[in-house]
Amino acid sequence: MRFTKDHEWIEVDGDVATVGITAYAADQLGDVVFVETPAVGKSVKKGDGLAVVESVKAASDVYAPVTGEVVDANAALSDTPETVNQSPEGDGWFAKVKLADPSEVDALMDRDAYEAFLATL
Amino acid sequence: MRYLPLTPDDRARMLGVIGAASVDALFADVPASARLAAPVDLPAHLGELEVERALSAMARKNRVAGEGPFFCGAGAYRHHVPASVDHIIQRSEFLTSYTPYQPEIAQGTLQYLYEFQTQVAALTGMEVANASMYDGSTAAAEAVMMAHRVTRRPRAVLSGGLHPHYAEAIATLAHVAGVTVVRQDAAVDAEADVVSAIDGETACVVVQTPNVFGTATDVTAIAEAAHAAGALLIVVTTEAVSLGLLKSPGEMGADIVAAEGASIGNGLNFGGPYVGLFATREKFIRQAPGRLTGETLDADGRRGFVLTLSTREQHIRREKATSNICTNSGLCALAFTIHLSLLGETGLRRLAALNHAKVRRLASALGEVRGVQVLTRRFFNEIAVRLPAPATEVVETLAARDIIAGVPFSRLAPAAGLDDVLLLAATETTADGDIEALTAALKGVLA
Amino acid sequence: MSMLNVGRPSRPEASGDAGFHSLTGGRGLLQDEALIFERDGWDKTGVDLPEAELGAEDLGELVRTAPIGLPGLSEPEALRHYVRLSQKNHAIDLAIYPLGSCTMKHNPRLNEKMARLPGFADIHPLQPQSTVQGALELMDTLAHWLKTLTGMPAVALSPKAGAHGELCGLLAIRAAHEARGDARKRVLVPTSAHGTNPATAAFVGYAVEEIAQTADGRVDVADLAAKLGPDVAAIMVTNPNTCGLFERDIVEIARLAHAAGAYFYCDGANFNAIVGKVRPADLGVDAMHINLHKTFSTPHGGGGPGAGPVVLSAELARFAPTPWVLHGPQGLSLAEHATGEAGASFGRLCAFHGQMGMYVRALSYMMSHGADGLRQVAEDAVLNANYVKARLGGVMSAPFDGPCMHEALFDDEWLDGTGVTTLDFAKAMIDEGFHPMTMYFPLVVHGAMLIEPTETEPKAELDRFCDALLALAAAAKAGEVDRFKAAPHLAPLRRLDETLAARKPRLRWRPQEAPALAAAE
Repeated sequence: MRFTKDHEWIEVDGDVATVGITAYAADQLGDVVFVETPAVGKSVKKGDGLAVVESVKAASDVYAPVTGEVVDANAALSDTPETVNQSPEGDGWFAKVKLADPSEVDALMDRDAYEAFLATL
Repeated sequence: MRYLPLTPDDRARMLGVIGAASVDALFADVPASARLAAPVDLPAHLGELEVERALSAMARKNRVAGEGPFFCGAGAYRHHVPASVDHIIQRSEFLTSYTPYQPEIAQGTLQYLYEFQTQVAALTGMEVANASMYDGSTAAAEAVMMAHRVTRRPRAVLSGGLHPHYAEAIATLAHVAGVTVVRQDAAVDAEADVVSAIDGETACVVVQTPNVFGTATDVTAIAEAAHAAGALLIVVTTEAVSLGLLKSPGEMGADIVAAEGASIGNGLNFGGPYVGLFATREKFIRQAPGRLTGETLDADGRRGFVLTLSTREQHIRREKATSNICTNSGLCALAFTIHLSLLGETGLRRLAALNHAKVRRLASALGEVRGVQVLTRRFFNEIAVRLPAPATEVVETLAARDIIAGVPFSRLAPAAGLDDVLLLAATETTADGDIEALTAALKGVLA
Repeated sequence: MSMLNVGRPSRPEASGDAGFHSLTGGRGLLQDEALIFERDGWDKTGVDLPEAELGAEDLGELVRTAPIGLPGLSEPEALRHYVRLSQKNHAIDLAIYPLGSCTMKHNPRLNEKMARLPGFADIHPLQPQSTVQGALELMDTLAHWLKTLTGMPAVALSPKAGAHGELCGLLAIRAAHEARGDARKRVLVPTSAHGTNPATAAFVGYAVEEIAQTADGRVDVADLAAKLGPDVAAIMVTNPNTCGLFERDIVEIARLAHAAGAYFYCDGANFNAIVGKVRPADLGVDAMHINLHKTFSTPHGGGGPGAGPVVLSAELARFAPTPWVLHGPQGLSLAEHATGEAGASFGRLCAFHGQMGMYVRALSYMMSHGADGLRQVAEDAVLNANYVKARLGGVMSAPFDGPCMHEALFDDEWLDGTGVTTLDFAKAMIDEGFHPMTMYFPLVVHGAMLIEPTETEPKAELDRFCDALLALAAAAKAGEVDRFKAAPHLAPLRRLDETLAARKPRLRWRPQEAPALAAAE
């Protein structure tokens, strides 16, 4: 699993990456009440808005950590947004992106680096 | 001064606590060049009696609608409002409270807004409604912006029966949002013409029923055509009472209803404040503008209400908000909801039937005036007639005889080439004698 | 001794039982009140109307046949329903309502009486103009007062609220740039701005860029200068700002904006602090909205209606929205169309002429105070805020030193280590009988508490308020966390579950919900 400074995580399986937000981010947001996931087929560039996650008093953009095409979105979140709080780095994933350039993943932080980054916040 | 409780002694003691030499010391951050040394050049303070005298003198220069024959409509309709409505909205707890940001001590406001939302949804036949907009015209403009967000398409088609002020309010916002507005030519009975203008780029069509000429239209086929092309149907209604008699926009397939609610609970007020009704389908609610009240539970499990889905709004989403609206029409919405609770379904249907009966009487009386042609065939409480002379001149002449004969269409759209068209409304407040006075005077003027 | 009366206790016998519950769920005189939809007798009506012969054959299929779904109430039931609801609201007429940035001041009832004169309330916006000369005179007089108080040459009256005024101002600015063929892309907004500012700028099609704030709570002029450029259409600056501070460099800020070809839009939400003391024109303002429901005392009404007239510079005036009042040989009239002399107007913001009912109330208030009284309004508003700041400042931490304007800003640093948050503290204020201050705004201050007492609070009420806050502060510091975490204890309802409301939105009553609701109660 790799991480961004914007608190997205990404896990690569073959040429498809699953994207979500980290446990830290989910905790900071508070109770998640709504997730707007991207349409399947959408092309995203690294850094583009990929999804929106909302708590009662905050709305945050989730950025695409990599460039590619959205091949799946977590439809279950529309009925059970609380999954993002319960399992942020598991069932609370947002979207799956087919990688355009697998080397982009290498530039992201590993868990140790992310933990170290969190310690600076 | 009667509104200022501090005494000179209070002020001196407070400055002592603050540790400031003078009040002016508290204004030290204001650049010296911008500080006014003396009051501006306006009159000094007045007592209640003097203010009342001055403002009453202005009020007396206006011809009050209720003081004689009166037939103006065109988006603002004169109805009788029960005395209890105005009494309740002047209760301190409603009049002098703010937007219900602290739900534990604002359940009064939140519950009536929830009731309001439910009433508006029922009346319009839609799934959900918001807690009000400024007025019908701004609701319509916001509806077009919302259709643009939902469909991501850049074009809006407005019918020729849409109130010209509404069309202009839409055009103002559309211009800066990059939405192209296609306005059809003014037409008494041609709402369905919008269908021919729908294309693959069309975000929405906007039709009005009853339209500005009073024509009521079944928009079902328009809805089907719009949906087939992936566009939304926005239905505008400027006379909320009509919904007591006519099929609701929701029944006919509307995606968004933008209506003026002032007819229920609110006075003419020279055009404002009014109350915009905004209703839509549940699936679009996160794209809707304005405040929403929702049901929930408190810490003890008791039912209560809160403002909800606030992440759409400016105070959270800032530049990504669905609208910049903040303050809306709370107290006018309260007046609406009280009046509608008093009417109930029974009263509203009777009221609507009375309005319709009254304008039928007006239409048939005008039909007998030589040279006057009634243009509107299916109406609720308003009709358009063609006069054998410019409508503005006729209206001015009749006004000099203390008859307010209606609104010349050219007042709304001078360039439409309909200078001889006059819009007249009749409501439960119109006396039969008023209609007789109008037709008699009209016969004289047109003879 | 004759016993004419049966003796009964005339003083409480026992102290209150904290665990006491009524048998029916009632709370003394505070009634639980069902929704109007949850009553029997839906076919009632509280309005006596004759049955009209329908004769709607002309309408054919257009006639509604299905039930609408609207319950009716007799008049006594309606009165009771709404009066019971009203008792669950806080109001200015009950106690201080210290919402920063909202200016919850006393609403004079003379204003209400004047707005209800039939000559203002019962006239139609499209009556012949010859029959509404008094209404046009009122609009013209209000315009004169607003122009004189701000020093600006023009005013657009029609915006229906502050945010609508911002929209009006930015539309005029955009129109002015477009008229010059100078399409600009950006609007600069300080980080402390009201959310409406960036929302409005984006709505009008501009990219929004934030201007940094200095350590003393003002616009960072160097940052502004660095971000200004030939593509900046406007800056939007609130002054006094949302930290309750006057922007000391405001004249320089305006100069820099103008030098870059940008306009200075001033958010006038806080005009109450300087009315009669400072004219925005003298600060270099090009456009500014005035919330009549703040500075000029028209009632907030639970969230409107408001009114947001916008004063404009001579350069922007010709782009103002229609209508406006004209003086002519026949008397007063309205320019209602963007043609002829009004050809540069950006068009219409709304139907008709704006919030007449609010104009009457605001003018009634202005005439009552006069030029002298309005100046006193600003002085007393600033004095009251500084008094609150001085009384609380020893205990609650203020992020910025020096005098404030009309509102006192505190942060939550002083709560560090107590386990009590700004929200908890605010909710505990409710138990003491006070409406909380504005919380968590402005965003630039951590755990912000923004207190705006307004000039209509007497010293005794300020003292009562400050005493309560100091007592609460002492309780927080003494570790009484439960008092705060579970607050409010004594309000009509306890803390509400906003997460539940947002996750499963129920935005209207539905018939099938009736059993579930009964169970929830």
